[in-house]
Amino acid sequence: MSHELTWLLVAIPAVSAAILLLGGKATDAWGHLLGTAAPLASFVCGVVLFFQMQGLHAEERSETVHLFEWFSVGSIKVDVSLLADQLSILFVLLITGVGSLIHIYSIGYMAHDPRRRRFFGYLNLFVASMLLLVLAADYLVVFVGWEGVGLASYLLIGFWQHKNSAAVAAKKAFVVNRVGDIGLSLAVMSMWALFGSSAFTTVNAGAEGLSETWGTLLGLMLLLAACGKSAQVPLQSWLLDAMEGPTPVSALIHAATMVTAGVYLVVRSHAIYEVSEAASTAVVIVGTVTALAGAIIGCAKDDIKKALAGSTMSQIGYMMLAAGLGPAGYAFAIFHLLTHGFFKANMFLGAGSVMHGMNDDVNMRHYGGLAKYMKVTFATFAFGYLAILGIPPFSGFFSKDKIIEAAFADNTVIGLCALLGAGITAFYMTRLMLMTFFGEKRWKQDVHPHESPAVMTGPLVVLAALSLGGGALYFAGHWIVDWLEPVVGHEEHHPPVSALVMTLITLAVVAVGIVIAVLRYRRDIPSEAPARVSPATTFARRDLYGDALNEAVFMRPGQYSTRTLVWLDNRGVDGLVNGLAALFGGLSGRLRRFQTGFVRSYALSMVFGAAFVVVALLAVRLS
Amino acid sequence: MNIGWLTYLLLLPFVGAIATMAVPKAKGLLAKQVSLVFSLLTLALTIVIAIGYHQNGAADYAETHTWIEAFGAHFALGLDGVGIVLVVLTALLTPIVLLASWNDAQQGRWSEKSFFAWILGLEALSLGVFAATDVFLFYVLFEATLIPMYFLIGGFGGAQRSYAAVKFLLYSLLGGLLMLASVVGLYVLSARAGDPSYLLTDLIQLDISQNTERWLFLGFFFAFAVKAPMVPFHTWLPDAAAEATPGTSVLLVGVLDKIGTFGMIRFCLGLFPNASEWATPVVLVLALISVLYGALLAIGQTDIKRLIAYTSISHFGFIVMGIFALTSQGMTGSTLYMFNHGLSTAALFLVAGYLISRRGSARIADYGGVEKVAPVLAGTFLFAGLSSLSLPGLSPFISEFMVLAGTFSKHRVIAVIAVVGIVLAALYILLMYQRLMTGPVRDGVEKLKDLNFREVFAIAPLLVLIVGLGVYPKPVVDIIKPAVESTMQRVGVTDPAPEIPVTEGQK
Repeated sequence: MSHELTWLLVAIPAVSAAILLLGGKATDAWGHLLGTAAPLASFVCGVVLFFQMQGLHAEERSETVHLFEWFSVGSIKVDVSLLADQLSILFVLLITGVGSLIHIYSIGYMAHDPRRRRFFGYLNLFVASMLLLVLAADYLVVFVGWEGVGLASYLLIGFWQHKNSAAVAAKKAFVVNRVGDIGLSLAVMSMWALFGSSAFTTVNAGAEGLSETWGTLLGLMLLLAACGKSAQVPLQSWLLDAMEGPTPVSALIHAATMVTAGVYLVVRSHAIYEVSEAASTAVVIVGTVTALAGAIIGCAKDDIKKALAGSTMSQIGYMMLAAGLGPAGYAFAIFHLLTHGFFKANMFLGAGSVMHGMNDDVNMRHYGGLAKYMKVTFATFAFGYLAILGIPPFSGFFSKDKIIEAAFADNTVIGLCALLGAGITAFYMTRLMLMTFFGEKRWKQDVHPHESPAVMTGPLVVLAALSLGGGALYFAGHWIVDWLEPVVGHEEHHPPVSALVMTLITLAVVAVGIVIAVLRYRRDIPSEAPARVSPATTFARRDLYGDALNEAVFMRPGQYSTRTLVWLDNRGVDGLVNGLAALFGGLSGRLRRFQTGFVRSYALSMVFGAAFVVVALLAVRLS
Repeated sequence: MNIGWLTYLLLLPFVGAIATMAVPKAKGLLAKQVSLVFSLLTLALTIVIAIGYHQNGAADYAETHTWIEAFGAHFALGLDGVGIVLVVLTALLTPIVLLASWNDAQQGRWSEKSFFAWILGLEALSLGVFAATDVFLFYVLFEATLIPMYFLIGGFGGAQRSYAAVKFLLYSLLGGLLMLASVVGLYVLSARAGDPSYLLTDLIQLDISQNTERWLFLGFFFAFAVKAPMVPFHTWLPDAAAEATPGTSVLLVGVLDKIGTFGMIRFCLGLFPNASEWATPVVLVLALISVLYGALLAIGQTDIKRLIAYTSISHFGFIVMGIFALTSQGMTGSTLYMFNHGLSTAALFLVAGYLISRRGSARIADYGGVEKVAPVLAGTFLFAGLSSLSLPGLSPFISEFMVLAGTFSKHRVIAVIAVVGIVLAALYILLMYQRLMTGPVRDGVEKLKDLNFREVFAIAPLLVLIVGLGVYPKPVVDIIKPAVESTMQRVGVTDPAPEIPVTEGQK
């Protein structure tokens, strides 16, 4: 394989970002073109690399490209190396492929924004960081990409920072992610202490020697990091607020790529999770809880983007669940990650297209009957809808079914939860479809819904095709399982009933979800959200009280304690000092009668001090 | 008499200060230009020395001249891995501060040129402090740095400058007094052992009884803890930094305070290794408190400059923690941290200064929506802030991570609690950015001008270095390493070995 291609992958968008962000207004005219060309160029590199890799024997496909030594201190040495293997190349293709489509779409979506060039600069920064994240061969270098995507996310959520809500959401995302970073930091520190290195090769080799306690601790630290980045319970609260960012950002960062980095981290660290049953179980539980929590939140949102964000949480929960199942689930976690990348990016961009035609209104209660006005958007969105529901032959059918199967094979309760989640997914997605595209029109007089320009619908069509065809990664002879096996291993799972029965049960549950939604939402939908609703609806609307909990447990006590500390510092610590100073001030006030000011009294004290030294030294010398 | 490179390095800014003062009052601009030229010459000479040091080692730069024979005091200068880093930092920050402060000294109590002269004087003394290899010389220079700083704060600051300057002075003098007692004590020991000598190389040969060593250690440590500043001896810093001009604050926090942490490595660990190890648990806890306390107080501040001052208290907590973790990662990290903190805090203070001088207020509540009217200012401020919160990829990250990992390998609990600092750092920086720069444009902000060429040019080297050393820190780390190794040897500690060693074959 070609070494240059691997580092060019990262370097191209990084250089482009630097040009766009440092070039200033001079690059305004063509900034969006350069910004789009960069991920496309990376995509070409990725495709070439992929085919080169495919031409090789399975054992030879993994290759580390050593770039330079970052630093070495004591016995620790950290290299900046890139690892191109079967796992990372799939991510490369997803990031650059879907990323390029979203860049193209953004040319149209951001056409009227005076800061479009900067938007593309940030997007390129994101792509470069995300590629570094998945290509790095050392956990500390992963951390650089990890935080780089966090920074890009911060900048893009807050892109319209003249709105207070956007600025607050951006900060929240960064800070919550930092809580996750505690986990990653501690994990790398532990690796240094345990193995004397944080390189993948060393950690993988040393993991066998881990005690179960250390295995569990490391697994939990990495899980904490994954929870932050992938918006898993209990660090989920930032993702819904992150919808303040422009919609292409929600599609690229907060649906298709960055939020799946936690799944990548867990899969990449499989050697550690194999040591600890407890840590793997924790991953499964976090995934299952989030899969349900996200789905429930998705049911109650009237904001189209927030409904989709709840759905993203939930789908990543499925991936986490699969990743926690070990070798039986790794390949399916990645498979679902890819198909979800296709259909969720498709639907987010579709939502953006709807908003574009609706004067940027996001409230689905103001939509209705849009299928007639936005035919392409509707058709492509429908492909995404069928895919996420898992209707055959759409891609989600293959990927989600496999996860539900594997979950049942592992544990019936987890399996039932996964199945229930599929039903709820069918409900909230049908609700979203009905409220947006069907029924009576509910928009106001001055709104004129219209289809988006070709530069936006083009990417939608491609993503719709991928939503349909993405399943080929699996049904073409279990390709993805075999492809990933040399990296993450594979174990066949054995569901309690045959796969066909499993599929039929799942489809039946999905059908129930659809029917309930149709029965509920085919009637007229009020333009204002009803205020008097059941406690369950309120629970879901308030994001399961996640924010309320954070506020009560962390924010308020935190604010009180900082305020108290500031007061104490001024009055207590400094007060004591000032009290002493006042005392000395009184004394020096008398001295001052002999002196004219501080400067001279200082000079005097210097003289006294010097005299003291001389006398003291002489005294010792003479003694 | 053989005069070495380092003597010339010290003399150059000193001559510059005199030359600046000699310029007639009517030619204010010329005086400023003279001072800038001298600071750049000093920087050039420093670079030459640093390259020579990198290639040929320290031996070429050691020089010793007898000064006061009766006391065994020498005018002795030399460099090691820790010293050279701080010498470079001092020489780098001085011209940047001069350029960034070009118009900041017009409202002073004294003439504008004296501000520039004092800065050069401070540079000369600081360079001496970092190069001194004689304890007596170090002490004299250590105390002497107070004079220019006193005049810089008291002469050119805000409304409360006199109060702040005196407070700074009293704190420092108190610390210095205790150190003086230890300096005298060293003389006693040295004189008893034979001919008195204050040379470091002679002093480390001394055989000191356990109790004496601890008392002498405490004298030095207290002075350095006040200087660094560690909680609870920190309250002078927010006042001083808030009242001083931004440039003065940079030199105060970026250079002068480093004397404290520098002194801990060279004198506390170097001269009193056993006592240092004895004091480790208490010092580590104090450092941990500084990390968290400084960060929490920063979050609660309503004044931009005070906020930045408190972030530095938190950062100094990390530096002290790394030093007293007594591991090579910790100590290398701390030394690198001193350098990186100099870069990031300088950038933060200077950009904040640009902002404050435009609006005439340091209150955070007086701002809002600055990004809309001055995007370059807001962008550079965010960049400096991100480096201050140790964003991976920027230079401070590597040093902070080394400190944490170095502490973790020996003192798990301390490190685990200290990691919380990274969340608090995100809060204090981003909360400040949000309040100042985002949201609707506030009254009084709408006419703010964006940065001009001089202002960008002054801070650009800092930003370039922050990125450059974040990507490729190896040259600096490699310069620091030998000094850390010899200090570790001196203290008699080694790094804990990995628990599960992985051999090459297993990979």
